[in-house]
Amino acid sequence: MTTGSSTSPRPAASPTAERGGLLLENVTLTLGDGDATVTALDDVTLEVAPGEFVAIVGPSGAGKSSLLAVAGGLTTPDSGRVLLGGVDITRASGREKARHRREKVGFVFQTGNLIPALTALDQLRLALDLAGRGSDPRELLDRVGMGHRAGHRPHQLSGGERQRVGIARALVTRPAVLLVDEPTAALDRARSDDIVALLAKQTHEAGVATIMVTHDHDVLHHCDRVLSMVDGKLSAEE
Amino acid sequence: MFLAWRELIFARARFGLMGGVVALIAILVVLLSGLSSGLVNDGVSGLQRLPVTAFAFAEGTKTDSAFSRSTVTADQAQTWKGRDDVADAALFGNTLVNAKATHADGTETPIDLALFGVEPGSFLAPAGLGDEDGIVVSQTVLDEGVNIGDTVVIDRLGTRLKVVETTGDQRTFGHVDVAYLPLRTWQRIHAGAGPDDEVREGAYEEATAVALRARDGKEIDLSGGDAAAGTTSMTLEDSFGASPGYTAEISTIVLIQVFLYAISALVVGTFFTVWTIQRKHEIAVIRAMGASTGYLMRDTMIQATVILTVSTAIGFLLGVGGGSLLTRTAMPFDLEAAPLVLAALLLVGLGLAGAAAAVGRIVRVDPLAALGGQR
Repeated sequence: MTTGSSTSPRPAASPTAERGGLLLENVTLTLGDGDATVTALDDVTLEVAPGEFVAIVGPSGAGKSSLLAVAGGLTTPDSGRVLLGGVDITRASGREKARHRREKVGFVFQTGNLIPALTALDQLRLALDLAGRGSDPRELLDRVGMGHRAGHRPHQLSGGERQRVGIARALVTRPAVLLVDEPTAALDRARSDDIVALLAKQTHEAGVATIMVTHDHDVLHHCDRVLSMVDGKLSAEE
Repeated sequence: MFLAWRELIFARARFGLMGGVVALIAILVVLLSGLSSGLVNDGVSGLQRLPVTAFAFAEGTKTDSAFSRSTVTADQAQTWKGRDDVADAALFGNTLVNAKATHADGTETPIDLALFGVEPGSFLAPAGLGDEDGIVVSQTVLDEGVNIGDTVVIDRLGTRLKVVETTGDQRTFGHVDVAYLPLRTWQRIHAGAGPDDEVREGAYEEATAVALRARDGKEIDLSGGDAAAGTTSMTLEDSFGASPGYTAEISTIVLIQVFLYAISALVVGTFFTVWTIQRKHEIAVIRAMGASTGYLMRDTMIQATVILTVSTAIGFLLGVGGGSLLTRTAMPFDLEAAPLVLAALLLVGLGLAGAAAAVGRIVRVDPLAALGGQR
């Protein structure tokens, strides 16, 4: 781990109760139409508490990405309910969902998906500009070990560094829910372990409810709970 | 604003290239605007500076030949003068002639003149007009080397005229310099009578048109007057079309300008279409982060406004700088503020319309595309 201080700079007051984590309740999602329909999510129920780090593993096409899309308000499920930080977003309009995303959700994408034009610090500032609130971006960059690279653009950063900036960008708005899509897909083993350890530490410190979708079984020991997804069904990993 | 500025700086080479194209178009627009103003002045400044609201020509006169074909009589002028909405009406003669100016030192300069025959003391007459053989010329005649006091001899007829005064400004008609002369002298020349010839009967009753001036704040009832006087009248602006070549010149330049505006709008629209497609994945990420489409569209429109304003300003500065050199040449070129401001607004406005058409694509970018491994 290369994070800065070990003491959490967050206020001591319990963020858990006021933010409320993530709840998916009997969520079903069918993709495609006509004969080519696929059940991406089959009666999925999942509760992630604030400060809990849940991993979801499973083969490609099992519905892992669909689960992130539904949890993050990018896709509306056919049935069931989605609660973000205690707010039901299932039937919200596109405009409201966008507002919930910028205020309550942090996304971490496969390769960081940083904006090429922006420096590391400005990636965080963009998220703050969208959400209209959040924490000190410099301090957060320090905490993910990127303080010394604040002025660098994505093409000047390594894959692991990009992912660290991506994590800081997702957390800077103090979201209730952190949705992480294959964070180690483009990283070697040692870096993968660093990144997932960082995610675990930030999840616990920030009290955010985190779901990580991954293929990488070597990093699962950092997670509080591991679930497996096959053909749209979610079950506990043996 | 946050993203717009940083992207502009980051992609400055791309934005700079597009801005360069817009700036070059802006230069062309300035030059054409100057040429257009110059041609208007060269074609009809003599008419523009007449204190006239409308002209009444002979009945049935077509616009394109009005000044060369029409003949009206003093009776018709009287009829017009008697109408309530007409403040004043006077006979106006117009003929193009070739002549030679003889200078004090005996040398000669060939000149073309548009003779404006007006009654001395009428509302049409410029200061200094009075002597039977005295002419008042456009400033442009003096620019060609003719001086006050020089003698001007009309070719073939041999009529001798004397330059007694200048109007002090440019007055041209159909690219030919204007010379005012007393109506009676104009009638002799128009009738083809030399100094010693008899003038045919009725020539002193005739002129090209009746010049009309409306009462203050009133419009002249042209069709009513036409019916009473047996004329065909048109407003001063409409009569510009009777200036030789005027309509063809202006419509050619307007056509080129329309094309330039269209090209500019298309270039800007194409640029922002490609720019949006290039950033498709990025836009998906920002939308997944919760940006509204309005936020992203505003962002692109800010970029379009900045790049259009800056490059149009640069183009106009270069165009006006280069154009001011042209105003000193024989080319009909005049830079005038009003058409230039209009052209700048059109260039920026149509460019923004092009960009606006392109940013519609942002709506179609699915934030779901941010998930998965497209990169």
